[in-house]
Amino acid sequence: MIRLEKVTKIYPGTNVPAVNDVDLEVQKGEICVLIGSSGCGKTTLMRMINRLIPITSGTIYIDDQNILDIDPIELRRHIGYAIQQIGLFPHMTVYDNIATVPRLLKWEKKRIDERVDELLNLVQLEPAQFRHRYPRELSGGQAQRIGVARAMATDPPVMLMDEPFGAIDPINREVLQDEFLKIQSQIKKTIVFITHDIHEAIKMGDRITLLDAGRLVQFGTPEELLTNPKNQFVKDFVGADRALKRLDLLKVRDAMLENPVHCHESDDVASVAQAMREKGLNFLLVNDPRDRLKGYVTLRDLYDQSGKVGDFTKPMTLTVRPEQNLKDALSKMLTFDIGIVVAVDNDGKLMGVLNTMTLAQVVGQTYDEHGGRWGKITAGGKIL
Amino acid sequence: MTTWQFFLDNWHHTLDLAGQHAWVVSMAVLIAIFTGVPIGIWITFNRKAAEMVLYIAGIIMTIPSIALFGIMIPLLSVFGYGIGTVPAIVALVLYSQLPIIRNTYAAIRNVDPNIIDAGVGMGMTRMQVLGRVQLPMALSVIFAGVRVAVVMSIGIGAIAAYIGAGGLGHFIFMGINQSYDAMINCGSIAVALMAVATDYVFGFIENRLVSKGLRS
Ligand SMILES: Nc1ncnc2c1ncn2[C@@H]1O[C@H](COP(=O)(O)OP(=O)(O)OP(=O)(O)O)[C@@H](O)[C@H]1O
Ligand SMILES: [Mg+2]
Repeated sequence: MIRLEKVTKIYPGTNVPAVNDVDLEVQKGEICVLIGSSGCGKTTLMRMINRLIPITSGTIYIDDQNILDIDPIELRRHIGYAIQQIGLFPHMTVYDNIATVPRLLKWEKKRIDERVDELLNLVQLEPAQFRHRYPRELSGGQAQRIGVARAMATDPPVMLMDEPFGAIDPINREVLQDEFLKIQSQIKKTIVFITHDIHEAIKMGDRITLLDAGRLVQFGTPEELLTNPKNQFVKDFVGADRALKRLDLLKVRDAMLENPVHCHESDDVASVAQAMREKGLNFLLVNDPRDRLKGYVTLRDLYDQSGKVGDFTKPMTLTVRPEQNLKDALSKMLTFDIGIVVAVDNDGKLMGVLNTMTLAQVVGQTYDEHGGRWGKITAGGKIL
Repeated sequence: MTTWQFFLDNWHHTLDLAGQHAWVVSMAVLIAIFTGVPIGIWITFNRKAAEMVLYIAGIIMTIPSIALFGIMIPLLSVFGYGIGTVPAIVALVLYSQLPIIRNTYAAIRNVDPNIIDAGVGMGMTRMQVLGRVQLPMALSVIFAGVRVAVVMSIGIGAIAAYIGAGGLGHFIFMGINQSYDAMINCGSIAVALMAVATDYVFGFIENRLVSKGLRS
């Protein structure tokens, strides 16, 4: 979709290239994150794509068309652009700001009205309340959302976003990131996204491009950067805790022990206790007849008792879903005194178990060249 | 109370002179707006021209008004307009240039480059950026320049009576010649009132024209 070939930018009057011989390909429907320390050339690289900055040498293609063959005004009207400094027009209302490009493209008023409301809903600002406000009447976070909405106004297939969440506090930033990813999963734009923040890069990027002093150092999926950093610079950049950062990327599904040992609530207490002793378990999950998690029993509870296991079952208060990310699961696990957390699906069906051992295994795992992840450790099944 | 009495006896004449005065000033300011604003915009594209233009306009400002009127007479008499309203208007247009050009230039240059960048980045042409972003944002400062020009022109316009342009200056000079205080007072108070009233009206128009989003 967007292809850079040997792109170099040397600003007039300087002799050090701001962008140096960069080759890059952004696939359709993907978010490509540009990251690197301040002054490494991220903004310069991005602004060459919509021809705000002339390229010194090299070529940029959008949909296989050399951008130099496209009228710059036309080009820009079809690329959404959210700048680092937000840049809302202070003399225009939220409505007029968002309507900027639709008006340049001579949309009818009715269509613009509908689109503005749609976009405001999308960025979770009540249209009736915000439509007629001026930028000075918005908080930083709200202004940034309007900036993003304005960039999306005509539903452009390509968007350039220069630190779109830069001005927002960490908590609201997380919220906006989540909202944005949710939107992106529906609209599937091709996005070039700049950030300073490695966490944001890992979370938002389908691919990450790490730049240093104008050069591309590594290009790959977040996982590739974390598990297979090309050199010391990348290692330093992603941080010493890169193993922990992978928790952001992985889902509970990837790390859980599937088909864990369990029993049924109708099972006989004595036989279950016997089986647990044989296997050296002092803790066991209990399912109902439809294989939904009912809770757990401990060996001590069953000691010298008789009847059905169901009568001794304690409810499991903390569970996770297989699609949740590992970081959330881990934090739940740390608050859970028995050191494991159980994964159930939306119907409450028992899916797997996460314990410190499986987690350590997954986090410590190095990336395997053949693209596979790690062997699923299946264990137990029904205990009787 | 003699001034009031003078006005009551001569209100017709006073209004006549005020009308002349207003006409000379408004012609001058209108011409000054239609020349000064475009010049101010134009020099934002050209740093060298900006320095030159602002320098020249600055020099014109420093010429004493009576001297400028004096210069006008021989220059314009070539075209047969040595005295009367034409040299007065020309002189006032020249005086009004500096505040208008300077404010237009400064206001447009002061628009946050990031906001211009946003406009260009979304596909506005240079002209659209100017018309839809820079000018609306610069409007209140340009207006302030125009207000200065108007108030100044009303004051200097009084002197134009010397070169036969009429206006309220007529009462002032005639009053001085005849040592007729009531006449002097009537002329000066009328000029002052006119300046204050015009400034007020411009303030009102400015309020209506400048976006609410720019008020702090
Ligand atoms: N107009 C310019 N003229 C000369 N040098 C420039 C110009 N704009 C940027 N540079 C230089 O080019 C380099 C890259 O700048 P750029 O703005 O692309 O950095 P960045 O990665 O976006 O930084 P940040 O994270 O701080 O936004 C810097 O060294 C900067 O000083
Ligand atoms: Mg930047």
